[in-house]
Amino acid sequence: MSELLLPPEHRYAKIIEQKLNDEGSELSVLNLGPTHPATHGIFQNVLLMDGERILEAEPTIGYIHRAFEKIAENRPFYQITPLTDRMNYCSSPINNMGWWMTLEKLLDIEVPKRAQYLRVIVMELARITDHIICNSILGVDTGAYTGFLYVFQFREKIYEIYEEICGARLTTNMGRIGGFERDWSEAAFKKLDIFLEEFPIAWKEFENLFERNRIFIDRTVNVGPISAEQAMAYGFTGPNLRAAGVDYDVRVAQPYSSYEDFDFIVPVGKSGDTYDRFCVRNAEVWESLSIIRQALAKMPEGNVFHAEVPDYYLPPKEDVYTNMESLIYHFKIVMGEVPVPVAEIYHPVEGGNGELGFYLVTDGSRTPYRLHFRRPCFIYYQAYPEMIKGAMLSDAIVILSSLNVIAGELDA
Amino acid sequence: MSDSNINMVAPPEGVTGEGFFATKLNDVVGLARANSLWPLPFATSCCGIEFMATMASHYDLARFGSERVSFSPRQADMLMVMGTISKKMGPILRQVYEQMAEPRWVIAVGACASSGGIFDTYSVLQGIDKVIPVDVYVPGCPPRPEQILDGVMKLQELVKSESVRRRSSPEYQELLASYNIQ
Amino acid sequence: MALETIEIQDKLIETFGENVFNFNQEKDIFSLEVASDKITAVILFLKNDPILRFHFLTDLCGIHYPDNEVDRQFAIVYHLHNWYENKRIKIKAFINGEKPEIKTISNIFLSSNWMERETYDFYGVNFIGHPQLKRILNMDEMISFPMRKEFPLEDSGRTDKDDRFFGRTTTNC
Repeated sequence: MSELLLPPEHRYAKIIEQKLNDEGSELSVLNLGPTHPATHGIFQNVLLMDGERILEAEPTIGYIHRAFEKIAENRPFYQITPLTDRMNYCSSPINNMGWWMTLEKLLDIEVPKRAQYLRVIVMELARITDHIICNSILGVDTGAYTGFLYVFQFREKIYEIYEEICGARLTTNMGRIGGFERDWSEAAFKKLDIFLEEFPIAWKEFENLFERNRIFIDRTVNVGPISAEQAMAYGFTGPNLRAAGVDYDVRVAQPYSSYEDFDFIVPVGKSGDTYDRFCVRNAEVWESLSIIRQALAKMPEGNVFHAEVPDYYLPPKEDVYTNMESLIYHFKIVMGEVPVPVAEIYHPVEGGNGELGFYLVTDGSRTPYRLHFRRPCFIYYQAYPEMIKGAMLSDAIVILSSLNVIAGELDA
Repeated sequence: MSDSNINMVAPPEGVTGEGFFATKLNDVVGLARANSLWPLPFATSCCGIEFMATMASHYDLARFGSERVSFSPRQADMLMVMGTISKKMGPILRQVYEQMAEPRWVIAVGACASSGGIFDTYSVLQGIDKVIPVDVYVPGCPPRPEQILDGVMKLQELVKSESVRRRSSPEYQELLASYNIQ
Repeated sequence: MALETIEIQDKLIETFGENVFNFNQEKDIFSLEVASDKITAVILFLKNDPILRFHFLTDLCGIHYPDNEVDRQFAIVYHLHNWYENKRIKIKAFINGEKPEIKTISNIFLSSNWMERETYDFYGVNFIGHPQLKRILNMDEMISFPMRKEFPLEDSGRTDKDDRFFGRTTTNC
């Protein structure tokens, strides 16, 4: 039986003994997690330490395994949205929209331009919230609590916009097949304008607080670097890959929801270290802001917010109670009597952490036959033991938070 | 102090005289405990993000005497379980609870911690009250920060009215025994 | 010049003959089927061929088809991506339902390590040659494979939900 199949302590015991015999130095085993305060989530790593240095690490995951894929096989399409919310809960709207777009690809539905632009706005807002969390928590981990308190105010502002759009804050469950469930209120646009005015000032200050900060630079430059080749081999996507210098972005490579209409750059780093990851995320926030502004400027006139697909678009609830036709459609959709083609679909979107893919296999029934989520965190977290090898213990924490591993997405 | 709008907590019922104030020990202890609850955030998923918002400047849990987040279970008074607890996580949660010193309270924040929520699956524990006793349940998926604050305030009410002898009473021992704790 | 699907198809047929079949354009993804014993060779070829250059493994997952004949009860699905030409390809390999096993590609793509472990965890597919094939998401003590279709979604041992209150009996759920 291979050693790797046993708990890591078995493997470590041999190394410890050998090292003691060869050099007379004593190694120790440290269990980091699963509920370590510094790891922001449930990750266990059994570390083999030489003093403060990490020699080996073995991660254990699955502490919040919730069986999303199994649930999805038992739920009709509309009931799967809440699951996508809870995957990467820092940027739920991206997950929601990704799921709707997968279904639209399956059903060949063309979404009106205005709805696409609205989607772009809300997805970019979600990207901003994601990056706010990641970068401000990185600040907390390097000892700068102020930045966190400062920019978290603006997360609340974004939540307020979400509330205007869909009524929920964090797990938004936003949208429908073909568009949104309701048109955006005037208040939503007003709040968005205020946000676009106020947030850049705060974000600039936040950046200034860190970018040239001696302590922050000492803690992050050359900490946890990963080369482009290595990152690609480990399946990195998103900001973490771009920090290593590869400009792969699904928004550019395979534009969805009219991303091709907007002019933005894909920021890349150089060395793939923690500092670069921080800077790439910072830069992406600026790009997101610019995309939102462009989308608002180019927004087509009118108030179209969904495609005319009564077979799949869940009618508004008040119509269901008063209108015969709506009631029939509601019944058909909820009971799964609408035609669903037998197909296999893969649809990627650029999530907060990288390529978020939905692989959907249908057999014509009301539930998916198989739904697999390509969760970026799950795939790149396997590089973590490699990245912290040789680093200090305190750096391991910083590297983890700069990778922005979201437990819900990791464990599915 | 006079020109700021800081609210001081009201003294418990008692008899005031010249140079003395007589009241029940229970009330004084309860008052002190209730306004200095150190939370131990056991955040696993989505609700943890809402807890971060609760801790941050906008909602500021510190206003209720919980400024100091105790990540060590040894010094914590109130265990806030936020997020899904899977069966793999159950024993760990229990261990954390066992490490806490008496008196200890538990808040189950969110639907998952309270009942398993929407995850009625083979891998998810259907409510943390299967493994540890819970004092306050906060509904919501995830609850808003206001709801979390409300949960903390409800717990404060409980703490205020708790008898100092409760933790050594046979009923309490029985409760722990029913969870197989010590 | 963009990489045409016909070119991929021709090259694969030229090299692997009858071991690659069922070429199909599904919406935006070109897909094919591979005989399961040739999977490592095909993927290595797709990765290293100077024209094809499918150098990125996007995704790997399993599917259970309990109603198929016994030789095709499990499918392993590989999504590869060529970033130079921005071309995606989907490869499916069907394997035996009673003794599901297939060669690992973790020596070709490092990233497939955990994805294969996940597939093992969910379906019990044995990836021959995988360095650390053990459960990843579920508990080590678990004996069944939860994503197989016969496995129930809900925990059978639960006591908190009384079926009578949900209108369920043993016959209707």
